[in-house]
Amino acid sequence: MREKILDILEKNAKFGASEIAAMLGEDEDRVAAEIERLEDEHVICGYRTVINWNRTDEEKADAFIEVKVSPQRGVGFDQIAERIWQYPEVSSIQLISGSFDFAVFIQGRSMREVAMFVSEKLSTIDGVLSTSTQFVLKNYKDHGILIEGPKKDERLELS
Amino acid sequence: MRSPLNSFIEELPSSGIRKFFDIVSEMNDPEVISLGVGEPDFDTPWHVREEGIYSLTKGKTFYSPNAGLKALRDEISRLLDRKYGLSYDPDHEVMVTVGGSEAIDVALRAMLDPGDEVIIPEPAYVSYKPCAILAGGVPRVIDLRNEDDFRLRARDLEAAITDRSKVLLINYPNNPTGAIMEEEDLRPIAELVIKHDLFVVSDEIYSELNYTDKKHVSIASLPGMRERTVVINGFSKAYAMTGWRLGYAAAPRRIMAQMLKIHQYAIMCAPTTAQYAGIEALKNGDPDIEEMRNEYDHRRRYLLKRFRDMGIGCFEAKGAFYVFPDISRFGLSSDEFATELLHSKKLAVVPGTAFGASGEGHLRISYAYSLKDLKRALDRIEEFVAGLSAR
Repeated sequence: MREKILDILEKNAKFGASEIAAMLGEDEDRVAAEIERLEDEHVICGYRTVINWNRTDEEKADAFIEVKVSPQRGVGFDQIAERIWQYPEVSSIQLISGSFDFAVFIQGRSMREVAMFVSEKLSTIDGVLSTSTQFVLKNYKDHGILIEGPKKDERLELS
Repeated sequence: MRSPLNSFIEELPSSGIRKFFDIVSEMNDPEVISLGVGEPDFDTPWHVREEGIYSLTKGKTFYSPNAGLKALRDEISRLLDRKYGLSYDPDHEVMVTVGGSEAIDVALRAMLDPGDEVIIPEPAYVSYKPCAILAGGVPRVIDLRNEDDFRLRARDLEAAITDRSKVLLINYPNNPTGAIMEEEDLRPIAELVIKHDLFVVSDEIYSELNYTDKKHVSIASLPGMRERTVVINGFSKAYAMTGWRLGYAAAPRRIMAQMLKIHQYAIMCAPTTAQYAGIEALKNGDPDIEEMRNEYDHRRRYLLKRFRDMGIGCFEAKGAFYVFPDISRFGLSSDEFATELLHSKKLAVVPGTAFGASGEGHLRISYAYSLKDLKRALDRIEEFVAGLSAR
């Protein structure tokens, strides 16, 4: 049942225990308890909403920053990662294989704000060797969700 | 001027779904939502579409052999063996058709002499009866029952058999009821078919949409049945490929040779682009089927629970993507119920009687819709029946 619940919630976190129970043919209380366990065990780490900010009056600038660092004896990459994730501007950070070390995603109110953050905060952290900032120009698909929405149902109304 | 028409065709009634569809489209109301669609809401998997596109890029735009591309027939033959334990020679016993619909038409035309009876259990897909008539046959209907979970019972089949009976036309998993037939249900049917020297046209287009732990069983796989059965299947439902118009038939060589002649003269061949896409679907489409089935199953369970909670009886449909709730206790015919529901709550569903008289008292609810849409639609039904109960 665990994997089935996770499967459903990964696609749509809005489903509640009663709906999931109906979909799986399970008891509602058992599903609710299992979800709570998954949260306690931090298998479910949190819930977020995918928002198309372009359809609001709010300005947002997203950037993806390649960060090269020199790992430190004993703690490897983790200590620098921690220095970076402390900033609320950082929405995600991952250690990456390949030509750079961290992929850091940042959301700010403007490109200038993001650029200032990178030059003043991120690149001055001890152990950070270089950064390369890529601004997001257009978001097409995020977490499996089409940003401009699903296409219109073109099927005949009855068939 | 004398009539330009064939009087036989003129008398053929048009589809009951069509009639209701006309009402819905005349309303032309954006508020109307529908649970009436009989095709998947998923897009054809991208890797399948891509193969179709690639075949066009390469200029593969010619007729295929009448029976279909050899590579596709080989894949069909392998699939029938792999999934249902059926063995057909891809060179002489498999034919690619323009959807399962063409295969039904061609099979009946190849098998019936004028006046031969075709036994059709109803509720049934709307084209069986007309196809039987167009092939010169005489449809003989068996009324299935809710209390049998809309499975065909041997006693009812036996009662319908006459000395003109020739073909039994079955469709499991079933449109419109969602019923399935398991091996123990099929066995006594097969025995009767053999005893009375009948043949079976088995439309198994929904075979991949079976929500039990057991796999779909084809009646052709039962002892003595292969030589008496035309198996019909296709790509529309399993791979969400309705618009590609791609289906197939598998039958013993003796029957297939005659079916191929009709197909050759009337159709030539199924669309070549669709056939290339179909090869990819059969080779690499199993995970897509699994994912879609899983999703349908969630919706199916959700609907059954909602109907149960509303106090509307609904037998546990275990196949296809329909449930067939029993609304007889509200004192309205299924036509009246569906019409009132459409006008007062702006929800379109298909009245059970569109699929035969024995569909009376029922509605066909399709769950080829997102859960979000289903939830919204079911809320409208709930409001509607609350209003009826308060009358």
